[in-house]
Amino acid sequence: MNVVIRKAGLYTMKIGIPRALLYYKYKHLWEFFFDELDIEYIVSPETNNEIVRKGTTYAIDESCLSSKIYLGHVEWLINKCDYILVPRISDYGSGGTVCTKFQAIYDVVSNTFRDRNIKLLYYNIDPKAADFEMIAFLKMGKFLGKSKSRSLYAYLIAKQMQKCAQLKEIDEQKQRLSENKTKILLIAHRYNICDKYIGEPIITFLRELGTVPILGDIASKREALAKSIEISETLPWTFNKELVGSIPLYKDKVDGIILMSAFPCGPDSLVNDIVIRRVKDIPILSLMLDEHEGSAGIQTRLESFVDIIRLKKGDFNEKT
Amino acid sequence: MKKLKASFPHLGSYHAPLEVFFTAGFGVDYIVPPPITKRTLEIGSRYSPDYVCAPFKYHLGNFIETIEAGANTLVQSSGVCRLGYYGELHEQILQDLGYKVHFVNLAKYKAPKPINFYNGFKEIKPDMSLTKIAQIFPVVLKMFEHIDEVEDFIRQNVGFESTIGSFDKVHADFLSDLRMIRKKKELNNTYRNYMKRFKEISVKKPNNPLRVGIIGEYYTIMEPFSNHYIEKELAQMGIIVDRWLNVSNTLLHYPKKEMKKHIEDYVKYPMGATSIPTIDRALDYAKKGYDGIIHVKSFGCTPEIDTIPVLQNISNDYKIPILYFSFDTQTSETGFTTRLEAFYDMIVMRKEAKK
Ligand code: SF4
Ligand code: SF4
Repeated sequence: MNVVIRKAGLYTMKIGIPRALLYYKYKHLWEFFFDELDIEYIVSPETNNEIVRKGTTYAIDESCLSSKIYLGHVEWLINKCDYILVPRISDYGSGGTVCTKFQAIYDVVSNTFRDRNIKLLYYNIDPKAADFEMIAFLKMGKFLGKSKSRSLYAYLIAKQMQKCAQLKEIDEQKQRLSENKTKILLIAHRYNICDKYIGEPIITFLRELGTVPILGDIASKREALAKSIEISETLPWTFNKELVGSIPLYKDKVDGIILMSAFPCGPDSLVNDIVIRRVKDIPILSLMLDEHEGSAGIQTRLESFVDIIRLKKGDFNEKT
Repeated sequence: MKKLKASFPHLGSYHAPLEVFFTAGFGVDYIVPPPITKRTLEIGSRYSPDYVCAPFKYHLGNFIETIEAGANTLVQSSGVCRLGYYGELHEQILQDLGYKVHFVNLAKYKAPKPINFYNGFKEIKPDMSLTKIAQIFPVVLKMFEHIDEVEDFIRQNVGFESTIGSFDKVHADFLSDLRMIRKKKELNNTYRNYMKRFKEISVKKPNNPLRVGIIGEYYTIMEPFSNHYIEKELAQMGIIVDRWLNVSNTLLHYPKKEMKKHIEDYVKYPMGATSIPTIDRALDYAKKGYDGIIHVKSFGCTPEIDTIPVLQNISNDYKIPILYFSFDTQTSETGFTTRLEAFYDMIVMRKEAKK
């Protein structure tokens, strides 16, 4: 009897995952973890106009576009699941700090939707408090009623799967790098560049122009972190370090760099300027996206950027 | 080697202790940055990335103006949030502009603050004396505290002075006398004398004056030019102003644990930079029945933006009005005054209604 009730309880438990911000980084880790534990989950759909509109309504006007979109996804999940996974990260210890948005988003969500009776899943990473990633997952497993050993096993499996996925990506990108076409390195947070609303139109358009987009966020993180020192010594934010470090890794294999940021991104406001001032021998385009940006304006800028690159290449080819 | 003439960006009235620290501690000359003006902000903005938070632009303007005033060694602090990365970009911009100066970027050193100062300066001034620094350091800290105590007192009273300008006059004398002080005893005497003088200034406080608390982002709250001299404006309206955020409270007496506990019904985690005191003070002012709260920050300041949904909840729960100001380099004086006056009218009406 008891068992049945518990089982029934388990089956109805459903986690909601907003398809925004860190989802793009931890997708495999989260999904495989829940799969392993037989926990049902639902991921909000690709960003659409309605999600952007809702997010913009709920967010404080000055927030970055990425976090506005995040709130839109959270809103979509309300009443469709029991708990929403809103990760909170304090920092990555010796790996660096995070944009304060990742320290704050948990409480931003809970305060913004306080009257909607929203429940958030526990997920906090804080190396100073010895809350490392594994501990965070064990606590999450405990909260979901799973034994420690089972949670640990699920975490380790999920971690492996995430690693595999990363290696596969890097491999695929290697192939793209060997294509004999104009290649453009996109330096952008993954949650921006992979978002259907912010980044995807840019990738699609670059492909239509016959170029090959290369993602700075697809790279060996360890190598990128180490390489970032070559460009900037005191850069504090892990995600920006990884992106900046991909420039020395890929620069000689690409023809141009696009720095793409969500308005008015805090870390990028400084980092992009450093990159523009220090990376000299390659064309760089800086794009700032907000919810009012029309695609026409962006397309014109991308077109002329690609023209400039091709002109340069043409000159170069003539000389050799 | 040329004599080192060092400088640090402005922050409120703290140039006196900084000057004492640099001259008596490091044995270098100190150039107080020229007072912040429209020009400071203009040149700072011209060479800064467009949408960086305003303190970055003010600092850059300060740096350029102190170089013009003769400084050859600039110091930038380390810190949380974007401040921790200001220095490297400031140095790069100044270098690209062709300025030949020493730049001491404390973000390069991973030790606690005073030791960082020492490490940073040793590079350019190897003959520094640790003894001198150790001697002056406690005096400097006490000076920060006394400045904060004095200014707390001013905020409580300046709105009611019988002769306009009395407090400002004594305050200016106080700050200028501090610059000469090297010993704790002198400091104690000076502080006591001035407190006496402040207390002697004639004030006419009504029985139940309006009370407003100011909260928000570190720089904007402390640098009067950047917040359109909001505390002065409020004083002229006859309002008592409370503000917890200052250097000694954040550096020396920061009850982080208590504050986190106090606000746990609203937030579970620190949200970065000044978010904890912002929320904690707002809640405290709300509980104490203040007439209103004013939140100030520079445009795009992520941690303070993120406190706003929390402040809105506090405002609803305790029925306390909160006015939000976000200053960017283009904030218009008229827009600012209009909103402040409307807020004033509203809290006056509410107070009347409560009677
Ligand atoms: S890094 Fe930029 S885009 Fe990402 S959350 Fe922070 S402000 Fe937003
Ligand atoms: S706290 Fe605000 S103003 Fe200060 S560095 Fe961070 S974003 Fe800029």
